[in-house]
Amino acid sequence: MSDVSNSKAVPPVLRESATFDRLSIQEIQRAAETGIYDIRGGGTKRKLPHFDDLLLLGASVSRYPLEGYREKCGTDVILGNRFAKKPLHLKIPVTVAGMSFGALSANAKEALGRGATIAGTSTTTGDGGMTPEERGQSQHLVYQYLPSRYGMNPDDLRKADAIEIVLGQGAKPGGGGMLLGMKVTERVAGMRTLPIGVDQRSACRHPDWTGPDDLAIKIAEIREITDWEKPIYVKIGASRPYYDVKLAVKAGADVIVLDGMQGGTAATQEVFIEHVGIPILPAIPQAVQALQEMGMHRKVQLIVSGGIRNGADVAKAMALGADAVAIGTAALIALGDNHPRLDEELKKIGSAAGFYDDWQNGRDPAGITTQDPELSKRLDPVEGGRRLANYLRVLVLEAQTMARACGKSHLHNLDPEDLVALTVESAAMARVPLAGTNWVPGQQY
Amino acid sequence: MKTIDLSVATVRDLNQALHDQVNNVQDREWVVTHANGAHNLAVGVNEAVSIDIQGHAGYYCAGMNQKASITVHGNVGVGCAENMMSGYVRVKGSASQAAGATAHGGLLVIEGDAGARCGISMKGIDIVVGGSIGHMSCFMGQAGRLVVCGDAGDALGDSLYETKIFVKGSVESLGSDCIEKEMRPEHIEELQELLNRAGFNEKATDFKRYGSARQLYNFKVDNASAY
Amino acid sequence: MCGIVGLYLKNPALESQLGKLFEPMLEAMTDRGPDSAGFAIYGDEVADGWIKLTLQSTTESSDWKALMGELEGRLATSLNWFQNASAAVLKAKAEEAVVRAALAELAPGVRIMSAGQSIEILKGMGLPKEISERFGLANMKGSHIIGHTRMATESAVTMEGSHPFSTGADLCLVHNGSLSNHFRLRQELRREGINFETENDTEVAAGYLAWRLQQGDSLKTALDSSLEALDGFFTFAIGTRNGFAVIRDPIACKPAILAETDDYVAMASEYQALSSLPGIEKAKVWEPVPATMYIWERESA
Repeated sequence: MSDVSNSKAVPPVLRESATFDRLSIQEIQRAAETGIYDIRGGGTKRKLPHFDDLLLLGASVSRYPLEGYREKCGTDVILGNRFAKKPLHLKIPVTVAGMSFGALSANAKEALGRGATIAGTSTTTGDGGMTPEERGQSQHLVYQYLPSRYGMNPDDLRKADAIEIVLGQGAKPGGGGMLLGMKVTERVAGMRTLPIGVDQRSACRHPDWTGPDDLAIKIAEIREITDWEKPIYVKIGASRPYYDVKLAVKAGADVIVLDGMQGGTAATQEVFIEHVGIPILPAIPQAVQALQEMGMHRKVQLIVSGGIRNGADVAKAMALGADAVAIGTAALIALGDNHPRLDEELKKIGSAAGFYDDWQNGRDPAGITTQDPELSKRLDPVEGGRRLANYLRVLVLEAQTMARACGKSHLHNLDPEDLVALTVESAAMARVPLAGTNWVPGQQY
Repeated sequence: MKTIDLSVATVRDLNQALHDQVNNVQDREWVVTHANGAHNLAVGVNEAVSIDIQGHAGYYCAGMNQKASITVHGNVGVGCAENMMSGYVRVKGSASQAAGATAHGGLLVIEGDAGARCGISMKGIDIVVGGSIGHMSCFMGQAGRLVVCGDAGDALGDSLYETKIFVKGSVESLGSDCIEKEMRPEHIEELQELLNRAGFNEKATDFKRYGSARQLYNFKVDNASAY
Repeated sequence: MCGIVGLYLKNPALESQLGKLFEPMLEAMTDRGPDSAGFAIYGDEVADGWIKLTLQSTTESSDWKALMGELEGRLATSLNWFQNASAAVLKAKAEEAVVRAALAELAPGVRIMSAGQSIEILKGMGLPKEISERFGLANMKGSHIIGHTRMATESAVTMEGSHPFSTGADLCLVHNGSLSNHFRLRQELRREGINFETENDTEVAAGYLAWRLQQGDSLKTALDSSLEALDGFFTFAIGTRNGFAVIRDPIACKPAILAETDDYVAMASEYQALSSLPGIEKAKVWEPVPATMYIWERESA
């Protein structure tokens, strides 16, 4: 006798739809409830071809490595010597990317300046103007020139060490900035000339120029105002970098900043973060090709950003042809963002250490992405600066270790020939051979 | 009086000479001749000098001006007095688009017409236009006053913050969140003072006032189509 | 992304100076477009029943004389022609389609830049000054002319990718801006039988106008419908046999300025391109408003 229903049944397996997975279902439910898109901070969270898919070829018999301490591996970089009378000379090729006072607390901005200065590199303002704390604590400060022009003024322009004209960022190429009301406090609103507490939307295009022909005149204006002293960077979000880099060079940029889709944002629609733009891996070779075709590689410097985490990423980005990299999200983590000691507090606001991305709502228990005076106090700018400097030091030490192993006496001598790819996708995107082969997909048929 | 003739001197010569006045003023009065539509004339000036530009100017004339008093005896191109902080710019002719864009202070007077996006993202400047203005003017205007003695084009004051707009003539259409508001005595008074200061023989009572309905200040489901 | 300039003479007495007046206008737009330049000049009309073509060779040296000899034999009619640098202007008493067919067969490497009774399109890679010198612009005569200096955005810098683009008999187009829907539109127009030689966005706008005109639209109707069909940013100047037209997209970010005196109407991306014109100090100078067509045409010849 057998009764199927009473037999030792196989435990039921719930099958999750690959299409309607839990996240998709949750988002449909959220949208149905609220009627408005989801806004969050950070960069894309999806799995993308990245530097982890590349490997460096260390020296062996055919090439000879350098010794660790005695045999130097240079790390300095000069930025902006195409036209500017006073180019930046940084000790390390890792800079701190633009993040606004408003998105970040004043203490966080000061900490970034302190850390960058200890490490001998630059930090960057953001969509909201320059704070005295930041200027005071930053040896090299890059002043962003954005579509909104919040807080933009010629005095600060003259105080800056370089000027970065922002056309877009990797998290949202083609989109404008956002700062939700919780963070538009009296001081933030005052600096931006906005009513306190508004959900600020920034323009996506500059108000007084559109396209490279007009950009050329705009760059000339800023050079005139600053007497041709300051390097002028042009920052683009990676989408069509081959064309955009060529046009930025034609328009007269000294430096190109190229931000891939892994780059973070203080607040943007989730759908924008996840679906617009391209990763930094395929963006770099396109940018380098554009510069090379114009005879401008190394003459117009290329700073890349979007998902730089460790010294290997730095070395690989430079091997692909970047002159320097910029860090944003990683710098915030170094300051204390998403620290495990905050886990309990993060759980109270619906997140957890390692997952927190609600940078838009100003409740960051780390005191970084907030304007709350009590929360802000939690970040000691001196201690934060020290942590960032440590992290920057490690990034560079790691990159040097790998460069020495490849036989390089300077980081900028790393080149694509030092790289192989682990996957067909990354080989095609980075334009380096698949490991163990001489095959670069997409380059030869 | 110092004269700079742009048929022989460069724009760089002009701006450097003007910037050099900051530490050591040699001349209070400057005349620029043969402008011929050149870009970036008298940008980044930071001293209370008076500058007369003879002829038409190109893009960004008087950009980021501080303290100086600049008169253009002709038309100006895109972005005249963009991001001005203080001082006074007077255009005897007409202005192209984005006049007074993002400017924080000072007074910009355009005797003729201004093109599209006049006063876009303005942050405290006063702009007085003798003629009419083009479409999308005062888009995202944050602070300051825009006065138009003629007509205004499409989508006036779209996504407006706290800029006050006064128009004497017709308005082709108002942008999202921009509404007509009551002219109270204090508005008539401040407008009359501004018209007088700008040198226009107009009566404040002939103007209508427009401002933000402040309905888009915070994200709301009902406004989704306006974003 | 570019500079555009146009000059239409109201006073026929100035026609002998058209090229001389226009050359500094084109060169003033060098910063806006250093990659390539070109112009379409109208004048030296052929009689009804005749056709005038501007040809450019895609190969380095072209034996125009031999080609014209062969063509003469094929068409069984006598030709007038002259060489101008890398281009040749051919006048024949024949149907345009017949000449085109013969050329396609005899000289597949030759590109027809323009066709009509009046128009000549001359363009190429290089700075505006090089182009105007190459083709002897300063000595050219005519009733009106439009020109372009190009800063290439996405498509290649080539002679074919230079403006103006021909859009039909005696019609051409120059563009400042960047279209965002040209890819799909090009596919659709190809299905309608419109031929494209480049990946250039402007060529699609030109092809669109050519198609609308073939369908029987007037220039005004065709331009009005282009405001719907074309997405992105543009200021266009359109040359016609009798004059020229200017139109900007509804957002109107790309600049344009117009000037008019008793002697001429001129347009440019920037005022500085107009500053060399005689009497400009007293001209009426204004900006064209968005999504509105401005047209100047003399009585049909």
